[in-house]
Amino acid sequence: MLFLRSVHTYYDSIHALKGISLHVKEGEIVTLIGANGAGKTTLLKTICGLIKPRKGSIQFYGEDITNLPAESIVRRGISLVPEGRMVFSTLSVEANLEMGAFSRRKDKNQMKRDIKNLTSRFPILKERMNQLAGTLSGGEQQILAICRALMAHPKLLIFDEPSMGLSPILTKEIFKVIVGLRKEGRTILLVEQNARAALQIADRGYVLETGKIILEGDTEYLLNHKEIQRAYLGKGYREVWEE
Amino acid sequence: MNDTAQLVQYILTGITVGAIYALVGLGYNIIYNVTEVINFAQGEFVVLGGLVMVFMTNTLHLSLPVGFFLTVSVVTILGALMDKLTIEPIKDANVLTLIIITIAVSIIFRGLAMLIWGRDPYALPAFSKAPPFTLFHAIIQPQALWVLGITTIVVILLSLFFRFTMMGKAMLACADSPEASRLMGIPVKKMVLISFVLSAAIGAVAGIVITPISLMEYDRGALLGLKGFGASILGGLGSFSGAVIAGLILGLIESLCAGYVSSGYKDAIALIVLLLVLFVKPSGFFAGKRASLKKF
Ligand SMILES: Nc1ncnc2c1ncn2[C@@H]1O[C@H](COP(=O)(O)OP(=O)(O)OP(=O)(O)O)[C@@H](O)[C@H]1O
Ligand SMILES: [Mg+2]
Repeated sequence: MLFLRSVHTYYDSIHALKGISLHVKEGEIVTLIGANGAGKTTLLKTICGLIKPRKGSIQFYGEDITNLPAESIVRRGISLVPEGRMVFSTLSVEANLEMGAFSRRKDKNQMKRDIKNLTSRFPILKERMNQLAGTLSGGEQQILAICRALMAHPKLLIFDEPSMGLSPILTKEIFKVIVGLRKEGRTILLVEQNARAALQIADRGYVLETGKIILEGDTEYLLNHKEIQRAYLGKGYREVWEE
Repeated sequence: MNDTAQLVQYILTGITVGAIYALVGLGYNIIYNVTEVINFAQGEFVVLGGLVMVFMTNTLHLSLPVGFFLTVSVVTILGALMDKLTIEPIKDANVLTLIIITIAVSIIFRGLAMLIWGRDPYALPAFSKAPPFTLFHAIIQPQALWVLGITTIVVILLSLFFRFTMMGKAMLACADSPEASRLMGIPVKKMVLISFVLSAAIGAVAGIVITPISLMEYDRGALLGLKGFGASILGGLGSFSGAVIAGLILGLIESLCAGYVSSGYKDAIALIVLLLVLFVKPSGFFAGKRASLKKF
């Protein structure tokens, strides 16, 4: 459903993405791993239209979305749960969810139904409905950020380091939510520092290093790859996705 | 006039000018809430409101409702142009740059007003022909009631807009995080434009209702802007209810001070209050939790 062909992105003169090609098929969980500063966030922002690539093309369901503004890309069905959650901290939880549905604001009834469904699925949000989002804990904010993204009815849901700053127990919760979303038929692109956890729930993965994809393959292959084991799955890495 | 009558008189005058400061403060807050920019041309919108209304009623002899509507439209268009021509084209501008631009724009507006209307103050007829009446032996101009009534309506409409409409909430979301807003599909530029339009409209309304009481001249904007800024700082930048309460308090202090101390110090009051607030509690005194989550 999503195709990137040799995408180059710059920050002024900094060459942040150096010809990225990747694809995500419908129903997959694809993970993207890489060290700090590898360009993961840049890649996701490029897909969502927050930054424009200088070269290359991005296709979604066969349509060229390379030069569409971010607003149009959400409407096509791509939602990002951004790094650091970026909830609207000065708005209520409810208003945050409503903003998630901004691209489909014409359908007020559907919006109400969606909020109802999400809050019965995540009761913690229901209790906090009228609280300002900035007063929520980190885990609650992450749940809110995910629900806010779901309000747009995305076909492709992109996560940027959803476990950042969360305890192992909460991380596990969030990963369960992600797996649940895939079971509902959503497609997921997941960026994680916690490579082992990510590879355990994903179907395929890409490894990004200084703006280039240096490895790709199904998760079996990556988990057993010597280089990956050394660089990203080093001993002592916390195991959060084990039952 | 006995002592009570005098006190009542000062209080009423204070509340009336306070309402105008509140409106100017609201104008600051709307743009600040969406962009984190302090629009120092806010006072100029008030001046233009008064002067354009003078043109509509005294020169074109239009009726009050028609003149009111056209004046607000004209000033609103100027607000929109200000955003389109001076704010929006600046790429990756930081807040400070934009604030300086608003100062430049205020100077341009003032210069234009002087070219068109000259340096003389202008008067407008009161909205209703009713004669002044007395309350506790104090004399009340019916226009003061218009000022208070219209301010109340503006405040109520604004609160409803920001609390209950998708557009209103989206504007607040933009201030919070423009990037996240874009991810939700909120057109940030349009929201900024709406904030300038709203602020200009409110400024125009303030200018139209106050001119029959206090006259209007081309260079009144700076002082009005300063006092409105005092109101929005005292009330907590970005807080609507805060700006209203603070505007009224500022107007009251000013009027009481002018009455009992000396009218010479009147204009210094706003400045002193402003400085005190910035020294003691920069987040303002009447803001809720919302404001404390803001960046500054
Ligand atoms: N706004 C920016 N302006 C200039 N350079 C930037 C900007 N954002 C990121 N970079 C640079 O681009 C490169 C990639 O950054 P990016 O944030 O995409 O990395 P990342 O893989 O997401 O890292 P992390 O794991 O820390 O989130 C880095 O070298 C970074 O310094
Ligand atoms: Mg990142």
